[in-house]
Amino acid sequence: MELTAKNISFRYSSSSRRILKDVNISIDNKKILGLFGDSGSGKSSLCKILAGHINKYEGEVRLDGNEIPKGFNPVQLIYQHPEKVMNPKWKMHEVLGESWDVPDDLLEDFGIQKSWLNRWPAELSGGELQRFSVLRALNPKTKFLIADEMTTMLDAITQVQIFESVLKIVKERNMGLLVVSHDRNLMDIICDDVIYLDDINHV
Amino acid sequence: MDKSVNKTNKFDILGSMNLRTKTLLAIGLSVFILVLVVIISFFIDPSSITTDWSVMNKPPSLEHLFGTDWMGRDMFTRTLKGLGLSVQIGFFASVLSSIIAVALAFLSSFNKYLDSFVSWLIDVFLSIPHLLLIVLISIALGGGAFGVLVGVAFTHWTSLARVLRAEIKRIKTSEFVTISEELGKSKFWIARKQILPLVFSQVIVGTILIFPHAIMHEASVTFLGFGLSPHEPAIGIILSESMKYLATGNWWLALFPGLSLLILVLLFDIAGENIKKMLDPASAND
Amino acid sequence: MNDLINVSNISISFTQYVKGLNQRELKVITDLTLDIKEGEIVAVLGSSGSGKSLLAHAILGILPHNANLSGTMMYKGEVLNSELKEKLRGDEIALIPQSVNFLDPLMKVSDQVIGECKDEAEEKEKRAKQRAIFEKYGLSEEVDDMYPFQLSGGMARRVLVSTALLSNPKLVIADEPTPGLDEKSVEETLNHLRQMAEDNVGVLLITHDIDAALKVANRIAIFYSGYVIEVANVDDFSGEGENLLHPYTKSLYNALPENGFNLTLGHQPLHGEIPSGCPYYDRCDHRLENCDKIRPNLISIDENKKVRCFKYER
Repeated sequence: MELTAKNISFRYSSSSRRILKDVNISIDNKKILGLFGDSGSGKSSLCKILAGHINKYEGEVRLDGNEIPKGFNPVQLIYQHPEKVMNPKWKMHEVLGESWDVPDDLLEDFGIQKSWLNRWPAELSGGELQRFSVLRALNPKTKFLIADEMTTMLDAITQVQIFESVLKIVKERNMGLLVVSHDRNLMDIICDDVIYLDDINHV
Repeated sequence: MDKSVNKTNKFDILGSMNLRTKTLLAIGLSVFILVLVVIISFFIDPSSITTDWSVMNKPPSLEHLFGTDWMGRDMFTRTLKGLGLSVQIGFFASVLSSIIAVALAFLSSFNKYLDSFVSWLIDVFLSIPHLLLIVLISIALGGGAFGVLVGVAFTHWTSLARVLRAEIKRIKTSEFVTISEELGKSKFWIARKQILPLVFSQVIVGTILIFPHAIMHEASVTFLGFGLSPHEPAIGIILSESMKYLATGNWWLALFPGLSLLILVLLFDIAGENIKKMLDPASAND
Repeated sequence: MNDLINVSNISISFTQYVKGLNQRELKVITDLTLDIKEGEIVAVLGSSGSGKSLLAHAILGILPHNANLSGTMMYKGEVLNSELKEKLRGDEIALIPQSVNFLDPLMKVSDQVIGECKDEAEEKEKRAKQRAIFEKYGLSEEVDDMYPFQLSGGMARRVLVSTALLSNPKLVIADEPTPGLDEKSVEETLNHLRQMAEDNVGVLLITHDIDAALKVANRIAIFYSGYVIEVANVDDFSGEGENLLHPYTKSLYNALPENGFNLTLGHQPLHGEIPSGCPYYDRCDHRLENCDKIRPNLISIDENKKVRCFKYER
């Protein structure tokens, strides 16, 4: 399984500065890839393009050579701020239910207590919400997970907990994982390969 | 907290209540009075407002609180009946205009052509004076209660539609909607499950705040003679009739019905503003 | 070094509606004790959303009106009450806010840095001073006439720092100045804080970024479920964390990628669910007899170090 982005160029509007130019990147499910770069270097834009959250760009994103299917996107993105990715009027079980029926043992693996399922997002901390947003993305149909600064806002212990759970399931399901971060130490521990975005971005 | 309640003066009931209780009380009281007006007006026997030449042009007294008119009809009963009718027309008109507003706001979110169409429609309706448009629609539909109702409904949806359109636009750019799309959810599903719950409170508040406008406009159109037929016991009719008798010193004919209408409208405004305060997260925890 | 601010036994709670008309008290910060000396950088380290920013708001006197504050604060030996807060706020005590969003988008940068002036003489004086500070932070003259949207991220941060420094503050509170920044910009921001400390300004750094705190602070207060569970010297965060006292601090230190990325189970109790005993009880490896029943106090180990754990009580 391989997710490839070919000759990606991107700017927010025709008048603004080009953020990405001729970026080529390929992720497979054999290695965990890290993407490293300065703030404002276009890491997040590239992630959004890979996961279909941005549609207006030049170049193409392919999954095993094919176009990304319509409907459910097998490439799922985790944002940095979990409180922004949940409808404030939804309880947590609705948030998970939007994607799939999460089995109890997986809830336990991710350190989610059953009582949290009946809470509103505003009643949980960032670390707890992020566990939900990761689990929602881990629909059985998901083939690639893109973690864009997934644990930047969280404390070190929660960071370990979430990454351990994610790495376990990625391995079990043979999924691809792209870890995007500005923390070099974290990448060195988790990733098999690290790419520096400036090296592949020709702006 | 409980301690502080006990410490305050026993008689200072208002002071000891928390703000939410006060808000609820304001809402409850105004809604109670409004419902009471409607119910009473329903049960008023038409025979109690028939002509009685023996009590013509009596000023207010204990027997006739608002006085009587030139045909000896009790003005208090007439006013109540009129207010009841106003509330009914106001209710249907504001619900109808909210439905129009919600439908158009969601329509505008589907694509940019529909969006510019809706914006254009809003501008068109805003550019024509309300009263003129109500009169035109009312006459075109043959006048009467139905004509006024549709006329008022078709002129009052614009501001709510505008607010909702902007709000829906904002929600549509939020991350949780993008994620829904990538989880394979349809536009219709997103509109129903993600957007509707977030704008629901605004729709409710918007509807209630249209209410007083609707009542005022119905009354003024009727006053001008383009609305309800002169046989209906409407406030607008009462006011326009009384104009003829003001010069002869029958001041009570206009004062009390007019004042009642004003109070009614203010009650709706109080209820609306307080409900808004309750539903708004920024002030909900005060 | 003289004590600049002494915060003792501060608790901050909110009154919230639970169901219908019932209100309840939600404690966000409990029994917080902290002191900052002149020229010292003290970091308050806690996970995001834990309410640690409220400490900054409490010192500045800008808590929302449904918040209740108890405990005492002393500023240079004087009781810091609301009148004094108002007098010192933006003057001797300054805030570096989280993001550029705190700047007025419709006002030129120099104008809002200067703020209100009584007369022309004052404006002239302030302008000269603003220019000098901007110069110090590498902001050229053209920046004066820019609007916030024209600033790059780095420039905006320097504008925020300069704004805080214009009034010659004695105490600067930096609220989460680093998240989302790359290493270079973090380094730059931290350098600004170091520079302030060198000018004998006390800095309170409120952050969830342990790396940033370790790089710049003299002492670090660890925040857990609304409690300060340990105040440690920055040098204690070394080796395998053997000089750290509280088990949570140790696991936090050992969870860092560079220190082994070690897993600790469990999670911080949410506000309103904190047990009657030690907040760390259910995750602790060496529980004592009464840990689940009695809440330990924050005890001083020496002049700088404090810990909230029965193990160290004598």
